[in-house]
Amino acid sequence: MIGLFRREKSDKERSRHHFDNNREISVITYAFIMLFIGMLIYLGIFTQFRAGTMINSNYNKRQTLLESRIIRGDILSRDGEVLATTMSDGEGGYYRSYPYRNTFAHIVGYSTHGVLGIESMENYTLLTCDGNIATRIRNDLAGVKNHGNNVLSTLDTKMQEAAYDAMDDRKGAVVAMDVTTGEILCVVSKPDFDPNEVIGRWDRLNEDSEDSPLLNRAFLGSYPPGSTFKIVTALEYLKEHDGNVSDYGFECKGSFEYKGSVINCFNEQSHGWINFDDSFAQSCNSSFANISSGLDRRRFASTINELMFNKPLPLPFKYSMAYFDISADSSTDDLLQTGIGQGRTLISPVHMLLITSAIANDGILMRPYVISSIENADGGTIRRTKQREYGRLIDEGYSKSLQKMMREVVVNGTGRRAFDTDGYKISGKTGSAEYSSNKSLSHAWFTGFASTDDHPQIAVTVIVEGGGSGGSVAVPVAKRVFDAYYGR
Amino acid sequence: MEKIFIEISRYLMIVFMAVYTVQCFAVFRFGNEYDRKGIYLRQNFFMVMVHFLGFASLYAQKGDIRYFRAYLIQQIGILVILFAYRFIYPRANTLIINNMCMLVTIGLLILTRISYERAMRQFYIVMGAAAVTLVVPYIISRIRFFEKFKWLYVGVGLASLAAVLLFSAVINGSKINIHIASYTFQPSEYVKIVFVFAVASILARNHRLKDIVISAAIAAAHVMMLVLSKDLGSAIIFFVVYITMLYVASKNVLYLLLGILCGAAGSVAGYKLFSHVRVRVTAFLDPMGHISEEGYQIAQSLFAIGTGGWLGMGIGQGAPSTIPVVAADFIFSAICEEMGVVFGMCLVLLCLSCFVMFMNIALKFEDPFFKLVALGLSVAYIFQVFLTVGGVVKFIPLTGVTLPLVSYGGTSVVVTFCVFAIIQGLYISKGSDNHIPKSADFKTEKLDIMELE
Repeated sequence: MIGLFRREKSDKERSRHHFDNNREISVITYAFIMLFIGMLIYLGIFTQFRAGTMINSNYNKRQTLLESRIIRGDILSRDGEVLATTMSDGEGGYYRSYPYRNTFAHIVGYSTHGVLGIESMENYTLLTCDGNIATRIRNDLAGVKNHGNNVLSTLDTKMQEAAYDAMDDRKGAVVAMDVTTGEILCVVSKPDFDPNEVIGRWDRLNEDSEDSPLLNRAFLGSYPPGSTFKIVTALEYLKEHDGNVSDYGFECKGSFEYKGSVINCFNEQSHGWINFDDSFAQSCNSSFANISSGLDRRRFASTINELMFNKPLPLPFKYSMAYFDISADSSTDDLLQTGIGQGRTLISPVHMLLITSAIANDGILMRPYVISSIENADGGTIRRTKQREYGRLIDEGYSKSLQKMMREVVVNGTGRRAFDTDGYKISGKTGSAEYSSNKSLSHAWFTGFASTDDHPQIAVTVIVEGGGSGGSVAVPVAKRVFDAYYGR
Repeated sequence: MEKIFIEISRYLMIVFMAVYTVQCFAVFRFGNEYDRKGIYLRQNFFMVMVHFLGFASLYAQKGDIRYFRAYLIQQIGILVILFAYRFIYPRANTLIINNMCMLVTIGLLILTRISYERAMRQFYIVMGAAAVTLVVPYIISRIRFFEKFKWLYVGVGLASLAAVLLFSAVINGSKINIHIASYTFQPSEYVKIVFVFAVASILARNHRLKDIVISAAIAAAHVMMLVLSKDLGSAIIFFVVYITMLYVASKNVLYLLLGILCGAAGSVAGYKLFSHVRVRVTAFLDPMGHISEEGYQIAQSLFAIGTGGWLGMGIGQGAPSTIPVVAADFIFSAICEEMGVVFGMCLVLLCLSCFVMFMNIALKFEDPFFKLVALGLSVAYIFQVFLTVGGVVKFIPLTGVTLPLVSYGGTSVVVTFCVFAIIQGLYISKGSDNHIPKSADFKTEKLDIMELE
């Protein structure tokens, strides 16, 4: 009995030993099957949704390969105008054509000798055909080239032309955006070039280091901000006084001396007894040097950092990073110079535009974008850019104060040339930034926004290199761009 | 006319590959090889067609008679392997043979496109490896005392890895190859098999704590030596093979969890200690942000896959030469670029069907030693596929291993043929009666893992 029992048990044990770990083997098998399904889903998502944007890189070497079998798509403005297209030369060949010639040169770019601008950002999108698969196969089989996707930009031809014409043949840049959506409306950089003739003139364009016509100054230019930086200094002063600046007063005698540092007003003009808002509107250097002398260096540096200095900007294109040099142990001279926008501070026009947009939009910066959507050759939407907030740069209360102060600049300050408008209001800040030891030379700045019914809509930043006074040179350029937006 | 042919071939190759793959899984509906015969025959047809269309497209583009010759030689060679196996081992598993030949076909096709010379070299290695490993199933099905050599396996494995660590030259930052005369080979490849045998012989019958500790120490020694040689891919494969074998042998899920925990701790330690691990992680997290340095390889791979898209650029129409180490580690990217992501996905599923068949064989096997061997080799195979495909599509960080039977590389081909042959041997011997004890439990066991409808 016992022996039988025991034998049974050991039989059972042995069979357990032989068969039971099949459950473990199944677990492992299913685990790997799940892992592989996950990996294939990932690959599918990449191919369907992410590959399209990812392959638009200069490191992808397949441009000529694709150009041999796909007709590069068009780039269109927001009002449906063709900014770049591919034309047939009548002998079976194709060439790239830019109907607006120099006007959109930097932002639309070119694809004929390397790539630049939107042509570069969406290089492979334009060379990808996402059309109807049946049409594609039919074209493939018939040996006909497929049409690449079209890129719809946010650029406005009227504003672009207005900015382009207003700049005339002066060097500098104009850039504008819709402050509530983040759409970039126009980007002009001068001197310019004709993208239709890039191949023939490449050497001359590229070697011209004096004018650098290929450089997009709106994004890649680095300029001293001059008095436009008083927006930042004013913001810091507002913050340090919780917005109570009504008891500020200063007697301007055309210059200000503090601990051995001397700051002069523009043209050494003396402004007399002025309060805080007037100091801003008149752009009084002496008063702002006085304001700066009392600022907490550490907090000032952190305010500047919050405005994206020394930091990457939320931009889909190449730009130069803004620079400043203030820390807890900065010298008095550095502090005063920085406070009036001179010193070692450098900024690009587009960065100035983003700060202005945030102020106009009550402190919140929208992510700027220049591609509104991608369509296939049949007009079907492939992808659309979503409007997104970048985040809050400035408190709402301080933004409103700055808006009022910037309006004052136009009403009775240095920006009076922008006062006379038809049905909308301009607010902003001028600047005349010295850029060399010759104090009589300065870049003319204006950065501002326009509103109807007290709600700001668009922001514009203008810089004219060596233009002189911002109020008389840059302001009229900005006004023409605003007028174009409002159809005046 | 030429163009039309190339375009039609491009679509047909995807269709044929897709049908082939579906059939890989369709075989699991049938319990025995006899019922699967029709499917197997059709698979052979599709395999020949994919090879033919690919080469015809290449020949149409290049117009070089060498490609025609290469086509004939390769096709005959592959069919010889196919029929030799079927003739010598009539009871062999045909799905495994078919898949083996299909993987070789795809590998030779894309390699010919990338480099004619390399493809032909690979072809001769394939033929040699197939010929040599043809005896392996016989040996496995006849010889029963493999289990007795545990210390020999341990010795050979550790000695080989130590030799690499001490004598190998550093290539691309890691020590992998050993040069003897004019031949180069990768010991970590064959040590994979030896290691599986070692662990299986220790854990097959006994899993007292003492045995587990011994096996763990041996596994740790292998993994450490691979880590020191900076051969990360192999180190991870050995580690995963060990914890799955331990889990199945001990039937204790705690060991699996403990193993995963150790693996996680090891990864963190590796990240902190080794700069080459950090480079891989950086490249994985943000390839575009570091595109000129760490992220270059993976970005080029993604450009290839992304530009090719679902349907591919067509064989010979892409730019796979822009991908670094394209013939070995990045072969999958080249396949996706030119033959399409759909084709690539089918290829991955084909590998998965091999694995499922391997695991079915492990499941049905009685002898605990060979059961563990089958399991270990299957896991080593599929995990390597996972590492290479997952790495180049950026699902996981790149580890730099090859796609078995597809990538260029002699040792890898020989060893993979050997793995397939060992499993084939187990499959054949499983059928012999002396190895299936008549047990009442046996019939009630559910054997097939994949029972599709």
